[in-house]
Amino acid sequence: MTSEPCYKLLPNGLAIYLMEIHTAPIISHWVWYRVGSRYETTGLTGISHWVEHMQFKGTPRFPTSQLDKAISRTGGVWNAFTYLDWTTFYETLPASQIDLALDLECDRMTASLFDPAEVEAERNVILAELEGNQNEPRFRLGEAVQKAAFDHHPYRNEVIGSREDLKQIQRSHLFAHYRRYYQPANAIIAVAGDFDAGEMFERLTNRYADVPSSPVNAGVVPLEPLLTAERSVEVTGPGSTTYLQLAYRAPAASNPDFFPLTILDSLLCGPTSLNMFGGGGTTNKTSRLYKALVETELAVSVRGGIQATIDPFLYEISTTLRPEHTPDQVLAVVNDQISRLQDELVPEAEIARAAKQARAMFAYGSENITNQAFWLGYAEMFAGYDWFVDYVKNLAQVTPPDVQRVARNYLQAQQRVVGMYLPAGFSEKAP
Amino acid sequence: MIMRQSVSQHALPGPEDIVRTVLPNGITILTWTNQTSPSVAFSGFLPAGSVFDPREKLGLAAFTAAGLMRGTAQRSFQQIYDDQESVGASLGFSASTHTVGVGGRCLAEDLPMMLKLLAECLLQPIFPPEQVERLRSQAMTSFAIRAQDTAEMASLTFDEILFAGHPYALPDDGYTETVATIQREDLTAFHRRHYGPRGLVLSVAGAVTAQQVVDQVVEALGSWTNPDQPFEPLLPDVQTLVVPVRRHIYIPGKTQVDLVLGSLGPKRTDPDYQAASLGNNILGQFGMMGRIGSIVREKSGLAYSASTSLNGSRAAGSWELSAGVAPENLERVIELMMAEVGHFTREPVSSEELKDSQSSYIGGLPLSLESNAGVSRVILNIERYQLGLDYLLNYASMIESITPEQILETAQRYLDPAHFVIISAGPHPSEG
Repeated sequence: MTSEPCYKLLPNGLAIYLMEIHTAPIISHWVWYRVGSRYETTGLTGISHWVEHMQFKGTPRFPTSQLDKAISRTGGVWNAFTYLDWTTFYETLPASQIDLALDLECDRMTASLFDPAEVEAERNVILAELEGNQNEPRFRLGEAVQKAAFDHHPYRNEVIGSREDLKQIQRSHLFAHYRRYYQPANAIIAVAGDFDAGEMFERLTNRYADVPSSPVNAGVVPLEPLLTAERSVEVTGPGSTTYLQLAYRAPAASNPDFFPLTILDSLLCGPTSLNMFGGGGTTNKTSRLYKALVETELAVSVRGGIQATIDPFLYEISTTLRPEHTPDQVLAVVNDQISRLQDELVPEAEIARAAKQARAMFAYGSENITNQAFWLGYAEMFAGYDWFVDYVKNLAQVTPPDVQRVARNYLQAQQRVVGMYLPAGFSEKAP
Repeated sequence: MIMRQSVSQHALPGPEDIVRTVLPNGITILTWTNQTSPSVAFSGFLPAGSVFDPREKLGLAAFTAAGLMRGTAQRSFQQIYDDQESVGASLGFSASTHTVGVGGRCLAEDLPMMLKLLAECLLQPIFPPEQVERLRSQAMTSFAIRAQDTAEMASLTFDEILFAGHPYALPDDGYTETVATIQREDLTAFHRRHYGPRGLVLSVAGAVTAQQVVDQVVEALGSWTNPDQPFEPLLPDVQTLVVPVRRHIYIPGKTQVDLVLGSLGPKRTDPDYQAASLGNNILGQFGMMGRIGSIVREKSGLAYSASTSLNGSRAAGSWELSAGVAPENLERVIELMMAEVGHFTREPVSSEELKDSQSSYIGGLPLSLESNAGVSRVILNIERYQLGLDYLLNYASMIESITPEQILETAQRYLDPAHFVIISAGPHPSEG
């Protein structure tokens, strides 16, 4: 019922990935652009996300008021996401209705209006989205930690941008950003579902072959040296709960060290799923930090995460503290557990376990057509489709010395940021 | 242009392939086989929800459900989680008002092990004292976080006022002061009395046959009995408010106000539920959140999110409008929403609006069945509300039979501003 993916590159640079899946009468169609906060310059943070919003504001052919209705009428779903390295738009529709998605994505790749009144209305909507985020202590802490983790690299900025920039960005900036990055040579189309691949290629070729494109000069983003001394940031705010967040510089997704670090994260904080749809995986209650922090009643929860990115981003460990404990007490325990990974080889069986967890999560993700189409394009944004195909195999091949090596190389205290969210009035001194 | 239809034959789950089995001890098993992925999703419930909680120990059912996986007669907490995490599987319990829900997923090869674990947690939890205290302190932290969450506090207060005097007024997980009084003995007694096979429903979808599932469930749970298992108490009727209520919950230091307003709605099993559901779709969901989204977000740019929801449960329901807004825009958003409710209850929806929503519901059905977990949930709800195994097959004609007049009549029955509850939570409106 499922075929191997096929790939085609059109002369204008548009890459197409297709996968036939005939388990349900639906098709999921994704358009990916190589643009996100990584491509933003000073004063224009948040512009990629805002452009993404403007893509829902209409073209001459699909006026804003009709777009949502056209999708909803089919019973389908659509949405878009902007991240560090990429922006993506998707529709999952009944198979018989997929032409609507093909037409509208092709149309808005070049013909979005950016109506000045809509630009202003959307400014308010995004500022409201930012204010909603800032109601969350964890967002405020994450924002501060990310900023402290990089001095220059655009990864220091939240994808949504800063309030100052969002107030100053003009229509001309947005439109220029759109024209620069939204074109076939900077895009990938990924489609999975109930279709015939030959026919689907033809449909896409008919729509995109004549769309002009020029090579996109995204400029060079200089890599940033590692931190040489630990940095700490404190955020204070309302509430009675303390949060601690550590951020280490992680390897890029294309670096082979990404896989041992993923295994390390799985041992330390529990497995993370690559599924965007179709659910996560298992819990993390047998991970080392859960046992050391939650079982011992120092913290309520702990989680870790490494993001697959073009440039080195962050490996983060976040904990929610129990009220009677201080960040220093929790930090000492985390330090011990990291030292253990640096000093002792992990048992082979723990790595085999992490690989089985990854296999199970892949099975869950493959139940879901939307998720399969997501996978087709996702890995292309920071590495290549093979990265994804080989993911489970690469995890299974990690050895205990690999884990020890990445623990020693990447989890050094002087290379990290220690962030704390302290409820207003909280004293850092232990009672 | 229509894609070729011959690519595949897709039938909606129905009496032909949903297999329903009732065991002699009262357990109902629903299965649906899908061999395309090597995984299995399961969901279920049993009647041991917060409706059985004494008021002074509100949260007891939720606490008990949370304790099921904290240690059994055979396995410690760490062994329970080690066994499931080692195979990438998951299992979880959580209480709601009427029932304790169970859910999980695993590779098909691990289903027997997971059902055995499920049975141990249901039959032989031992509620170790140190785990009970840990759960209590986690609950206390979550209450502290809840008290700072503008959306949750608005919603909590809304329910307290709308459903006053009814169990739906109360949060299933309780309050700080009620959870503080719950003893370990309360958990063991609650478990002993209320957990039993009668009313337990399990829905399993994925790469297993019905016979395999039935055999595995019989093996794990077939001998379970609890002759003293009580029936759910008779619930009072919900009372319509005699005057509208407006309240602001002050949470300092926040940048945004969350707003919830609305009234009682139909029960899930009421005959007018589907008309209300389609009406709700037109009012605050269709496209970018229906008419409300269009007015508040699209035309006025006053909120990032503004939508409506219809929450039909077994004993009552609510029909809610909600938004996250800057404090200085709060009054304007309330005015816009109330004006649209007025319009919605005065004039029937247009036939075009209705046709759009009908087409959305019918076209969206296959999407809700995209994964095993989706199918398992849908089948479980069919059983929960006794909708009939042919529910999905009849769905399109049922949706198509709804008229604009039925929607208007339903809207007028429920959405009367004279009985509205309007709750906001966050900074003072003047702080914007």
